[in-house]
Amino acid sequence: MREVHTDSIISAVEGLFIDANINLSQNVFDALDQAIEKEESPVGKEVIRELINNANIAKAEHMPICQDTGLAVTFVEVGQDVHVVGGALTEAIAEGVRRAYKNGYLRKSCCDPFSRKNTGDNTPPIIHTHIVPGDRIKIVALPKGGGSENYGEVRMLVPSQGKEGVKSFVLDMVTKGGPNPCPPIIVGVGIGGNFETSALLSKEALMAPIGQRNPDPATAAFEMEILDAINKTGIGPQGYGGTVTALDVHIKMLPCHIASLPAAVNIQCHAHRIKEIVI
Amino acid sequence: MEIKRIQTPLDESAIEKLKAGEKVFLSGFIFTARDSAHKRFFETLDKGEDLPFDMRNQIIYYCGPSPAPPGRVIGSCGPTTSGRMDAYAPRLVSLGLKGMIGKGKRSQAVKDSLKQYKAIYFGATGGAGALLARSVVSSEVVAYEDLGPEAVVKLGVKDLPLFVINDIYGNDLYEAGIQKYRR
Repeated sequence: MREVHTDSIISAVEGLFIDANINLSQNVFDALDQAIEKEESPVGKEVIRELINNANIAKAEHMPICQDTGLAVTFVEVGQDVHVVGGALTEAIAEGVRRAYKNGYLRKSCCDPFSRKNTGDNTPPIIHTHIVPGDRIKIVALPKGGGSENYGEVRMLVPSQGKEGVKSFVLDMVTKGGPNPCPPIIVGVGIGGNFETSALLSKEALMAPIGQRNPDPATAAFEMEILDAINKTGIGPQGYGGTVTALDVHIKMLPCHIASLPAAVNIQCHAHRIKEIVI
Repeated sequence: MEIKRIQTPLDESAIEKLKAGEKVFLSGFIFTARDSAHKRFFETLDKGEDLPFDMRNQIIYYCGPSPAPPGRVIGSCGPTTSGRMDAYAPRLVSLGLKGMIGKGKRSQAVKDSLKQYKAIYFGATGGAGALLARSVVSSEVVAYEDLGPEAVVKLGVKDLPLFVINDIYGNDLYEAGIQKYRR
């Protein structure tokens, strides 16, 4: 059994959250470059130019891309042949988050739901763990802002609503959000499973690079169909009107109960911050 | 795009010239305030006490910046969603507040107050916090330091890039934009 010390997990997580919040990935840069070409509105083009300019400044000046540096969402794949030593895995991840938000001058945005008292160090992080074959640990950091997260929802559709039901649900959420989740957005759609897995699928869907289609051709076509419909709403960059409301739509799907059609939408802003490491 | 330059304190003659959809560069001083600061403003007003700053001809920026790294005036400082402050805005506008900067739609009550009292709602580009920070030349906490990122901070700004969303004539960039590009 391979041993991994918590010290290496702490420093990996610290590095990931600082990197993700400051350095926009090439994939998103490329998507914004393409969006300028596609956008028909002059105001919309100007907004996208500001976004590209912003990401370049963030990188050059070592500043967060957005002041909302998010709740610290992590997806962790733990190889079943790994033995974590030195302490608890979850506490190591929390310590990495604590250090990242302090040492990286990132905003602490985590508070008590009712008193609204800030926890002070952006913990606890959100940790989704999967046990996988192998002797590695893969950690994905996905700091997620509040503006976009507020327009997520789970709906237990009835099976007869089918694809049309899912599509109109997604369009409903995008329209409801309008300018608030900072378009151009990326839309994660979870379909199937049950109540809680549909929500998780919708977030996992956001991890696919922009432009990557679902391996199933029918689902890939459905992604494009929804993307096209979203970009016809007219919402546009920042909601100021335009033809690029979303950069992409990603679907993740699982079988579900014969009586159900669970569906979930999770919206991501254009500041799509995601970084991963394998230990 | 053509860019208009405006200055705080905002006077009515400047406000009358602004139209929804225009890009402006704002210079002067603005005050950050978001959810918790607005709650305290109202508690203060309800007690009959003075607000931490005189609202007349001033601009509030709905913003909770990230911490300033060493040697810098401010961290990233983009806008937060304005709608959460809709319940508070009309009363502040009636006290002479002339501008709000944020992102996202406002309620009809807020839009009505902009027409009635001649004030402007500006949009700063959400998620462009590093770009916006470049326009901030000074920063001074004026109230509620205990609120951390939600404290009221007086920011000196030079050429802060904004768009006019709601003007005093009832125009709304969000509504006009969607109508124009909906297919």
